[in-house]
Amino acid sequence: MGILSSRIRKEEKTLIKEARGRKELELEVIDPRERIFDPREANQLGDRLDVLLDREISQSRAYHILEMLRTGPVRLINTFETVRICGDKAFTSAVLEKAGVPTPDFRVAFDRKGALEALEDLGYPAVLKPVDGSWGRMLAKINDRDAAEAVFEHKSGLDSHFHDIFYLQDYVEKSSRDIRAYVIGDEVVGAAYRVSDHWVTNAARGGKAHPCEVGKELEEICLRAAAAVGGGALAVDLMETAGGFTVNEINCSMEFKESMKVLKKSVPSRLIDYCLAVGADGEEPTSVQGNSLPSVEGFSLEGEVGVGKCQ
Amino acid sequence: MPNCPECGTEIDLPEDVIQNEILDCPTCGLELEVVELDPVELDLAPEEEEDWGE
Repeated sequence: MGILSSRIRKEEKTLIKEARGRKELELEVIDPRERIFDPREANQLGDRLDVLLDREISQSRAYHILEMLRTGPVRLINTFETVRICGDKAFTSAVLEKAGVPTPDFRVAFDRKGALEALEDLGYPAVLKPVDGSWGRMLAKINDRDAAEAVFEHKSGLDSHFHDIFYLQDYVEKSSRDIRAYVIGDEVVGAAYRVSDHWVTNAARGGKAHPCEVGKELEEICLRAAAAVGGGALAVDLMETAGGFTVNEINCSMEFKESMKVLKKSVPSRLIDYCLAVGADGEEPTSVQGNSLPSVEGFSLEGEVGVGKCQ
Repeated sequence: MPNCPECGTEIDLPEDVIQNEILDCPTCGLELEVVELDPVELDLAPEEEEDWGE
């Protein structure tokens, strides 16, 4: 088994220790900063690895490495397709919407004028997010048109081309908490409330974990959401509304340091179990029928969503 | 015992320290990366990039 990671945080260290404690597996930690990948890499890695767990913190590096390995013999957790969808909030929203999984209404625009029009359509307040962001980084809750004009002007000064994409999501009143649920294969391993006085409840922004029971409704929506993006090992972030749960985002390289304080089951242990099962299975990922990426206002993608075999 | 390359504080290493592990300097608070294991060498950890995430 391989773990792809350049930055060994508490999560990666826990996973490495868990894997090294399993007598039945040999572990290779691959730091992409120290490697050159060429077209033969996929088959060469297959001589040593059955399965590779992506824990690379740089999404750009992860995309490129997984793309180069996707046709080779090494099973990938998660698949390139799943990582690609979950790594872009607009893609995730579009896939969830198409699959009929409840998710906040959203719009995507590509210039300031279009973004203002989109907000008039979506309504205030709304949340502006970078499509490739994480950890609650650079989120803006926009309460009115004056705020929108100011935020969009500032955004226009940012240099990443991703900031030319205006991903706008309906603001969901969620009291002081949201939910992070861990889906590994076909099991919801556990869930935690993330509680904060701030409307941004990410653990990276100070959200604290509290126990959350996984009832049937929560389990069902988590499994549907995970299946929509191709399955695998995923952290599903949800909010509670009067009409039920709504899926906010899905994370393909799950962080669990804060949630582990309250979860009954061990996420790293289940994750290594899953890697072993997928690695031993030997089957190539299959595709979910009818789960091709949809066209969404101004962009479209072709192809089908791959899915790792769920054990 | 290695020192923080920024402020010079001696850094207590965990017994099971591993390559590329991120440690916090207790004095200046900077993140440090274990760049060598034998003997342990520390460097300033890379700063957060915009494409970092989960």
